[in-house]
Amino acid sequence: MTQQEMLKKMQEISFTLVELNLFLDTHPENTDARAQYNRYAEQLARLRAQYNAAYGPTMNFGLCPAENAWSWIDAPWPWEN
Amino acid sequence: MWIYEKKLQFPINIRRADLQMAKFLFAQYGGPDSELSASQTYLAQRYTMPTPETKALLNDIGTEELAHWEMLGTMIYQLTKDASPEDMRAAGLGDYYATRGKGIFQQSPSGEGWNAGYIQVLDDPIANLVNDMAAEQKARAAYERLMNMTSDPDVIEPLARLRMREIVHFQRFGEALMSLQNACAHIYAKG
Repeated sequence: MTQQEMLKKMQEISFTLVELNLFLDTHPENTDARAQYNRYAEQLARLRAQYNAAYGPTMNFGLCPAENAWSWIDAPWPWEN
Repeated sequence: MWIYEKKLQFPINIRRADLQMAKFLFAQYGGPDSELSASQTYLAQRYTMPTPETKALLNDIGTEELAHWEMLGTMIYQLTKDASPEDMRAAGLGDYYATRGKGIFQQSPSGEGWNAGYIQVLDDPIANLVNDMAAEQKARAAYERLMNMTSDPDVIEPLARLRMREIVHFQRFGEALMSLQNACAHIYAKG
């Protein structure tokens, strides 16, 4: 997967998680939705770790490691194309 | 607190400048029914909501609105970044350029700065949620008007996604309202 493809995949999984999160806020007893949430959360964590290892951190304030360099400041920022 | 994620909620890659459209998009960036208004409304209303579900929902939708506000800012940035001062002037953005250059300021298309008077924050959970449902419908209609004014798929696609989110938020707020009315039935039954 290219960087773009990997980012798009992360956006897709994150979007599913936002949707499930809001649904669970008003349906907290729904165990099907909770199982789906956990499944996608695991997929996202795995993909994010791969992306971070290849292209640098996607989250600030200690949520992603900064292994070789402080690449948090590197382009592109999300608004740049 | 909040953590920043270095990605947009949806990909945005606008390849063709359109300054008129950039100007119209300020409606949803800094106008009365903008994503900025929605985020500030929900994140302020959450403090006094009475049930776990409604606190969580306002917190989480308020946070998602910040991501939508970032999408609008991104669209305006990409639509204007290569424009010359002459282009800005020809598109009706001469006043804007004279005042702020190409900074992405929280204002309506006609130039009024964003104003907290646009929003409603009460301690009455029913009044808050009914207000929020109306806000989602106003934003849904705004995205339809914006989509009517461009044929560029790079602009239409993110607008269509944002429109869809308004519908989902309306649905969730409606469920929250129903759960609150059931939970508070003893109060409302007194008439």
